[in-house]
Amino acid sequence: MNDISELTITALRFGFLLLLWILIFSIVSTMRRDFMIGRKAVTGTPTAREMRKHPELAPAPQPVKQHARQLVVVEGPLKGTTLALSASPILLGRAQEATLVLEDDYASGRHARLFPQGSRWFIEDLGSTNGTYLADQQLTRALPVELGVPVRIGKTVIELRP
Amino acid sequence: MIQSEAVPKPRRNVELLLLVLALAVGIGASAMVGLNSAAAFDSDFWFQSSLLAVAAFAFHIVLRLRAKYADPVILPIVVALNGLGLALIHRMDGPADDTGNNQLRWTLIAMAVSIAVIWFLKDHRILRRFTFISLAASALLLILPLVPGISAGEILGASVWIRIGPMTFQPGEIAKITLAIFFAGYLSSNRDLILLAGRKIGPIQFPRFKDLGPMITAWLVSIGVLVFQRDLGSSVLFFGLFIVMIYVATSRISWVVIGLGLILGGGFIASQIFSHVAFRIDSWINAFTPEVFGRSPGGSGQIVQGLFGMADGGLVGTGLGQGRPDLVPFANSDMIIALIGEELGLIGLFAVVMLYLLLFTHGFRAALGTRDAFGKLLACGLSFAIALQCFVVIGGVTRLIPLTGLTTPFLAAGGSSLLANWIIVGLLLMISHTARGPVDTTPLAPAAPATAASTATTEAVKRQ
Repeated sequence: MNDISELTITALRFGFLLLLWILIFSIVSTMRRDFMIGRKAVTGTPTAREMRKHPELAPAPQPVKQHARQLVVVEGPLKGTTLALSASPILLGRAQEATLVLEDDYASGRHARLFPQGSRWFIEDLGSTNGTYLADQQLTRALPVELGVPVRIGKTVIELRP
Repeated sequence: MIQSEAVPKPRRNVELLLLVLALAVGIGASAMVGLNSAAAFDSDFWFQSSLLAVAAFAFHIVLRLRAKYADPVILPIVVALNGLGLALIHRMDGPADDTGNNQLRWTLIAMAVSIAVIWFLKDHRILRRFTFISLAASALLLILPLVPGISAGEILGASVWIRIGPMTFQPGEIAKITLAIFFAGYLSSNRDLILLAGRKIGPIQFPRFKDLGPMITAWLVSIGVLVFQRDLGSSVLFFGLFIVMIYVATSRISWVVIGLGLILGGGFIASQIFSHVAFRIDSWINAFTPEVFGRSPGGSGQIVQGLFGMADGGLVGTGLGQGRPDLVPFANSDMIIALIGEELGLIGLFAVVMLYLLLFTHGFRAALGTRDAFGKLLACGLSFAIALQCFVVIGGVTRLIPLTGLTTPFLAAGGSSLLANWIIVGLLLMISHTARGPVDTTPLAPAAPATAASTATTEAVKRQ
């Protein structure tokens, strides 16, 4: 300690604090990309050059998508009923407050819910007794419903149509 | 939701650069400490510094091999914190003390275990299979210190240690990982049931008891054992973990409200029943009263000396090795934040807090980016555990909340905490690898629909 001057020690002291913050600023600046969350272009849509180098990165041409416009009951006591779809979710069940009141002994009061998310409709079972089946698969979680795929609730089968 | 559509970049070279900087911080700190004491740059210093550096680079190489896309920031932050902690613990060692070397040993063991986790586990989704085994393991780990044969008895007012040969170990530290795995596994498969089934009372929808039963059991076990072991800090940690994971899984703010209410209520009851809790609260509120300051046990001397130390440090600190942290009891473990505040000043203390903040945000980024619900919940839970530990310790030392016996992650002396936190880092790195890497289509666990979050309840439906 004797052979090192007071000045050197002070310089080292401040130098160390500076080093700590240099570390922090370099961490933050390496992650600058990640802080721009909203802008897709920045978080990384591949550039034209990257697309040329890796052809698999080019966005696949989007197939023309048809949106579901109506719900049709294709089987069961309510066969033939149609319901126009709007932006709001639909409750299916025997309860009187349901959007589509199913006159079906095998349906629960609040059986399932059909809700829009983005451009797709999802179906979700609300803990019904007999379950909801999407294309013969029992629902365990919310799943997207494609056009023309049958959804079975008790004896009722519904489909989404364009 | 941030699905990275970018070309996945490993960014391992960035990590290497940051790692060199981080090692400069750690080794620089220990050089500064040596500079101010008699033994500057002796063979010990070189030996220990090179051990730390070799371990850090080995970790880096393992990441290159096994988790190429892992977040490049997490490892450097942790190495910097750990290196700084090693230097500070060395600085506090008396001539006969071996705490510093012991901490270095534990650092190497912990890094080795963390490397082993990354090497052999490969995919965090495998852990989901061990949901209920984790619950059993947590219960076992929490009960171990009460078993007569291996219990290390009551040390410093809490019986949370076990004895393995010459070493003591705190199994509760590992239990926080296994509990997080259990919560993540259970909630990711039962989230919809908890969310949608159940009856509504007032504005709150209560889940059915059978859906929540295992969660409540897990919580009761951890809290019950911890009340027995008189470890206040860990019970706050487990409780916080429980609330946060259930909140993240269901996105219902009512859980947070209920949780805070229960913590306040539980704290009040505990302060009425347990004398050590009452002492803690009294020495928090009336810290500067002379009779509280000098009281033993349960005085506020430790906190107040720490505050004096930080006041002495001021903005830029006294310089490493030049303060008087020997006046503060447990300056190398519980009060290490006060030691940093004294010797590195407010600027240095904020740098450390900033490092923790960055670590925490990167843990959460891994949670946001990964595609499976289990990984999301696990990453959230683990990074929150680190954040809550920091809050409880730093808040306690700065007298924002009562001081409880939690360890400062990576900094404080204590092998079990170091081991547990390095394992957490290993898991976070692995989750961030799947989050940032190219989409992995192996059908290991069915990914739950994260965006199809059914947060809206059914009462919004009106007859059209």
